[in-house]
Amino acid sequence: MTDIHVSSSSSPVVGGGGRHLLEVKDLYVEFHTRDGVARVINGVSYHLDPGETLAVLGESGSGKSVTAQAIMGILDMPPAKIPGGQILYKGENLLAMPEEKRRQVRGKEISMIFQDALSALNPVFPVGWQISETLRTRAGMSKKEALNRAVELMDLVKIPAARARVKDYPHQFSGGMRQRVMIAMALAMDPKVLIADEPTTALDVTVQAQIMDLLGDLRRDLNMGLILITHDLGVVADVADRIAVMYAGRIVEHADVRNVYKHPAHPYTEGLLDSIPRLDSKGTELATIKGLPPNLMRPPTGCAFHPRCKYAKSVCTTETPLSLDLGHGRTSACHFAKEMLDGTLR
Amino acid sequence: MSDFESVAATELHTATPGPAGNPNAPGQPHTLEVSKPRSASADAWRELRRRPLFWIALLITAVVALMAAWPSLFTSADPTSCSLSNRMGLPSGAAIFGYDVQGCDVFARSVYGTKNSLLVGLGAALVAGLLGMLFGVTGGYFGRWWDVLVSRVIDIVLGLPLLLAAIVFMKRVANSGGGQTARLVALIAVLGLLGWTTAARVIRSSVITAKQQDYVHAAKMLGAGSGRIMWRHILPNALAPFIVIITMALGSFIAAEATLSFLGVGLLPPSQSWGIDISNARLYMRENFIPLAVPSTFLALTVLAFIILGDTIREAFDPKLR
Amino acid sequence: MAHSAENVSGARPAGEPLLRVENLVKHFPITQGILFKKKVGAVKAVDGVSFELHRGETLGIVGESGCGKSTLAKLLMRLETPTAGRAMLKGKDIFKVSGSELRRMRRNIQMVMQDPYTSLNPRMTVGDIIGEPYEIHTEVAPKGDRQRRVQELLELVGLNPEHINRYPHQFSGGQRQRIGIARALALKPEIIVCDEPVSALDVSIQAQVINLLEKLQGELDLSYIFIAHDLSVVRHISDRVGVMYLGKMVEVGTDAEIYERPTHPYTQALLSAVPVPDPDARTHRDVIRLVGDVPSPANPPSGCRFRTRCWKAQERCSVEEPLLIRRGVDPHPSACHFAELRQVVG
Repeated sequence: MTDIHVSSSSSPVVGGGGRHLLEVKDLYVEFHTRDGVARVINGVSYHLDPGETLAVLGESGSGKSVTAQAIMGILDMPPAKIPGGQILYKGENLLAMPEEKRRQVRGKEISMIFQDALSALNPVFPVGWQISETLRTRAGMSKKEALNRAVELMDLVKIPAARARVKDYPHQFSGGMRQRVMIAMALAMDPKVLIADEPTTALDVTVQAQIMDLLGDLRRDLNMGLILITHDLGVVADVADRIAVMYAGRIVEHADVRNVYKHPAHPYTEGLLDSIPRLDSKGTELATIKGLPPNLMRPPTGCAFHPRCKYAKSVCTTETPLSLDLGHGRTSACHFAKEMLDGTLR
Repeated sequence: MSDFESVAATELHTATPGPAGNPNAPGQPHTLEVSKPRSASADAWRELRRRPLFWIALLITAVVALMAAWPSLFTSADPTSCSLSNRMGLPSGAAIFGYDVQGCDVFARSVYGTKNSLLVGLGAALVAGLLGMLFGVTGGYFGRWWDVLVSRVIDIVLGLPLLLAAIVFMKRVANSGGGQTARLVALIAVLGLLGWTTAARVIRSSVITAKQQDYVHAAKMLGAGSGRIMWRHILPNALAPFIVIITMALGSFIAAEATLSFLGVGLLPPSQSWGIDISNARLYMRENFIPLAVPSTFLALTVLAFIILGDTIREAFDPKLR
Repeated sequence: MAHSAENVSGARPAGEPLLRVENLVKHFPITQGILFKKKVGAVKAVDGVSFELHRGETLGIVGESGCGKSTLAKLLMRLETPTAGRAMLKGKDIFKVSGSELRRMRRNIQMVMQDPYTSLNPRMTVGDIIGEPYEIHTEVAPKGDRQRRVQELLELVGLNPEHINRYPHQFSGGQRQRIGIARALALKPEIIVCDEPVSALDVSIQAQVINLLEKLQGELDLSYIFIAHDLSVVRHISDRVGVMYLGKMVEVGTDAEIYERPTHPYTQALLSAVPVPDPDARTHRDVIRLVGDVPSPANPPSGCRFRTRCWKAQERCSVEEPLLIRRGVDPHPSACHFAELRQVVG
């Protein structure tokens, strides 16, 4: 059961049938630049249910962050344009909403944290003031109430001595603590969906572990849906329930996290898994994915991955593969997905 | 927006197939590639040649330069033979832009005024540019006590009221009985000496930015000396805002000459300059605007031509804008 | 600290080391006042580091931000002047040479930098960038020979030699890093310091660059000092590994010694925090969660610098600084009073 566009009706139903908390349906985004049109998102569909973690994995330019920005409604338009698709939050299409109503959703229902906590925080205001800002302006709390709530939130994200540090400025916090402040800000309005865009990329590995633990705990305790956008296969394996692998603006593989790591159903996923060095063994020469990610102004014909794919056949150069339903909520956008799973693809 | 930038910077790179490249990227001008090394200035020239705006600006500059050198090529009228009977005379066959309040030919005066205006503008811009470059680059590059000294001097010069200082200075020149040439040189000197600070500040800060770049460290690690680092790595990457500042200063120097001449401490009649004409005509603007409009247009076109010239050259030298 | 360099290396190849670093110290003064600067303290970025590097060997240096690993690289490249210590390269102290001797020394030790976007001058063509070493060291290649050499270098690092007239911005991150490697190779150095050479690259490109570095090492008999925060990458490429914390080397040994038989608690915590790309590992992984952040190098803890975050810390740790010496538990040096084996990987 595939549809003319790449996936949408074939979206997996791991989280139970019916309505999802958040659903991206066949989304397209393009950037209009001086040099032409870059088709950055080409028919992306995914969904999220309460309390689950969806990892969106991709390299720079795969469109993983742009999709999130489209959900948040923070794309700069122009140069960005959304020529097609739907983003349904509790069944309502965010893209069709008037800006006024959309603002109610942003931050309150769906919230986002970014990679660079230092630049996301305003250096001239105390962190407590920044955390409580939305509470004052949007929840109508008094200054004092809002500040008390800010202290609670800082406790929630495990900032030690929250009461004493509420008046400190961002530069007085370490990288990990700043990321916690940003999470506290994102949680201020009790969102149902939290999008974390590379939340630990700028952090050291011991601090990264702390932050990932925190995000996992918060998701469970607050029953939030968490979209984790990352390029790190290790982080994904550690925390995600499902994983969507993106390449050149498409979801090339979508499955339960265990399946993907054990039996990748797309050559790109397989290539990524083979190309990372292992911590537990020295290994020999690393397998590589040859070549470079495509130029999105002039994407390759057929399957966007075919110039780099070691299995590419002639059909791959002419026909764009549809998202193939492999059962158990698993899809792969490869002509030879079934053969990949059988191990018969050469 | 960061993500858009990353899209533009990383993925939309012109696909460059090396041995590890993308064999299917369409339209690779492989066979056209000349592997003889080219210099940056040759690349810039190839780029400049293609720009109509550059040629227009160059043409205006050439005409203005010609006017300054041989004004008689452009008009047969004598700008100094004025007759009050022609006072505010309207355009006619004898004088295409009519006559000013003194009865002088407006067009002829503007043509003959080109030389002094251009000399003051270019001269002062040259002095200011050289001073600004010297102090800005060395202060930014060497830092320490020299930078502290340069910065304080800049602060002091910036604190001087330009007109007051210029008036005092020019009065001394006048008292020492210098002729017109001496006044011209003095004018260039005083405007240049008072006007270099903005350029110095701008280039100092861009030198400081450039010198912290990794490629400067890379050159140091290769053993490059200070001269090479400044000349090849820092200056080319720090020059862009400087060019903008200096071309804009050129216009303001020509205007400053006008003000000083109007106050009677710049060039004195019978010398001609656009500034003198503009100042004089300003008072009678409501009576007849042509004597004001003509030298103003000369001034505006010249300044515009220099700004465009500076801008196109700056862009041509930036590989990212090609 | 009078421990000599002999104590301070794990099992190592026999013979005279190519580079021997002894007790290297770099303190950055903290000053107050504008005209009359007064020293009020010092950031102890590198505080007594010793190691050896042998011909054809890769020494990995790992540690979190602020541990001093990048300052170490800058010291070895003579971008910074050390406060104390020496580094003997072929019988000469690289910190003592100057003038033409310094220039000759620089030919022998080169660096590949982290950020491929800022490490290449945007206004120079690739040919000029890779050819610059020959312009500085004119004795290496006669003028007529330079272009051929530049093209050979481009070919060596896997780029099209026809591209010498292109500018850096026309290349992708991975290709730019290859250009940086070609520049470092131009003078035929024996030692290359790689400071996070792949951390700015995409996963699929990282493997290509790592393989290139390994290939070049084999072909040109290079010695690498490979500085990185990614422990998997370091294990893959390194023969020996040194772990740094707050300006000190805390443990050093062969890759197997560090990764399979770590004895320093910091090494153990660091290794256990690395997310493993295997979803099944989440349940049975032995993860040591460190509390708090790295203390400021301007005011490091007394005694053992790790004691503020260490679960084993005792009275002795705050008084007596543990030396980097062989402990009873394993034949490689470890700077912990209570060193004991604990397997955390695999």
